[in-house]
Amino acid sequence: MITKRIIPCLDVRNGRVVKGVNFAGLSDVSHPVDLARYYSESGADELVFYDITASAEGRALFTDILREVASTIFIPLTVGGGIRGVGDFERVLSCGADKVSVNSGAIANPELIADAAKRYGSQCVVLSVDAKRVDGAYHVFAKGGRVDTGMDALEWIRRGLDNGAGEIVLNSIDTDGVKKGFDLPMLADVCAFANVPVIASGGAGCAEDFVTLFKEIPKVDAGLAASIFHFGEVSIPSLKETLARSGVTVRRV
Amino acid sequence: MIAIIDYGVGNLFSLRSSLAMIGTQAEVTADPARIAAADRLILPGVGAFGDARAQLAATGLDRVVKEAAASGKMLMGICLGMQLLFEKSYEFGEHEGLGLIPGQVVDMTPRITPGLKVPHIGWNGLEITKKDHPLMRGLEDGDCVYFVHSYCAVDCADSLVARTEYGGEITAAVARGNVCGCQFHPEKSGRVGLQILRSFCEMEG
Repeated sequence: MITKRIIPCLDVRNGRVVKGVNFAGLSDVSHPVDLARYYSESGADELVFYDITASAEGRALFTDILREVASTIFIPLTVGGGIRGVGDFERVLSCGADKVSVNSGAIANPELIADAAKRYGSQCVVLSVDAKRVDGAYHVFAKGGRVDTGMDALEWIRRGLDNGAGEIVLNSIDTDGVKKGFDLPMLADVCAFANVPVIASGGAGCAEDFVTLFKEIPKVDAGLAASIFHFGEVSIPSLKETLARSGVTVRRV
Repeated sequence: MIAIIDYGVGNLFSLRSSLAMIGTQAEVTADPARIAAADRLILPGVGAFGDARAQLAATGLDRVVKEAAASGKMLMGICLGMQLLFEKSYEFGEHEGLGLIPGQVVDMTPRITPGLKVPHIGWNGLEITKKDHPLMRGLEDGDCVYFVHSYCAVDCADSLVARTEYGGEITAAVARGNVCGCQFHPEKSGRVGLQILRSFCEMEG
């Protein structure tokens, strides 16, 4: 049986892993290659690397790190951040990424999803959406969750799927950083129509939150988190133990 | 030396790196002379069967691979590379495969429990049907490997080495003499995947 995936997310700036709480107040955690190896050995099913660098030097440093990670760690790697065009897909795929996650880049240029899917296949294209409740609807937020685009998130995801996105990362700004659990209602609304894997992001505070996620919304394929893993609040082996004991199928290493 | 056959499809960074990790020299090449000089061949592949098959034919590498296989050289196909080993594929039409392993490649959708997502993406457990096969050395039932595919091989008869369960039985690994293949990505399957690559590097047809 297919297993539920546990995915630590590493935000990388200037060669170091950082994590925002509600997208503000970043603090340095650790070295990306060391952290990636540690996670892989402890049973992470996939890693997401987010490049939050603005400068060209930082971007070059990021691809160096990506290449080093992909040379030593053999689980799927997803890369996001600063993906504006097909050229950025090429840049990170040639350094060992397996999937590329688009967010603001797809908002600025909706053709990007279709172009990349045509060129590299849908399995390569992950649509990452930062969504927040506004006036009784879910709105898509851009620029790391700072700018309300006014777009309806469910419509945006439908359109992304039509254009060939092969996976959805749904990050709820409402629950992100709060550590009271994933945004189950928002996830349920997306899972009701999404026919590709849906990765839940934002809100995990403890192992039980993952149990609730997979039990309540069986169509969710994976749970993504950052700080609870980076700060050691939840260890991946114990999380998988808890999930297995609750009847959720997970990969054991 | 292992030759990773380069016919213009797919991202070979991880495959090369994973072989380096287990201490095997590998070269990505389209040169028939280099392929002939290699001890073993890996046929990678992602994308659509028809396109890949056409690429193989256009570069003449289909003939090179078939000849190498006929000479007894060890050959492993990965993902679409495995599917290409079969006789036929029905992905967007009907295409001749390399015919090195009996069987066909078909859409998995009508064969699995309705409502399951296709492609089959993620880590799934192996059920090893040939426990004593050298490709499966050191592995156990339930060991997980990473899949990404929408089509699957059927009617593989006695070539089946391992399968997985995804709303139905799905061919995971096959072998016939010196030719073998994995539907999953060993280069993305952690410790288990590296073990399979290591076994392939030690296998004798």
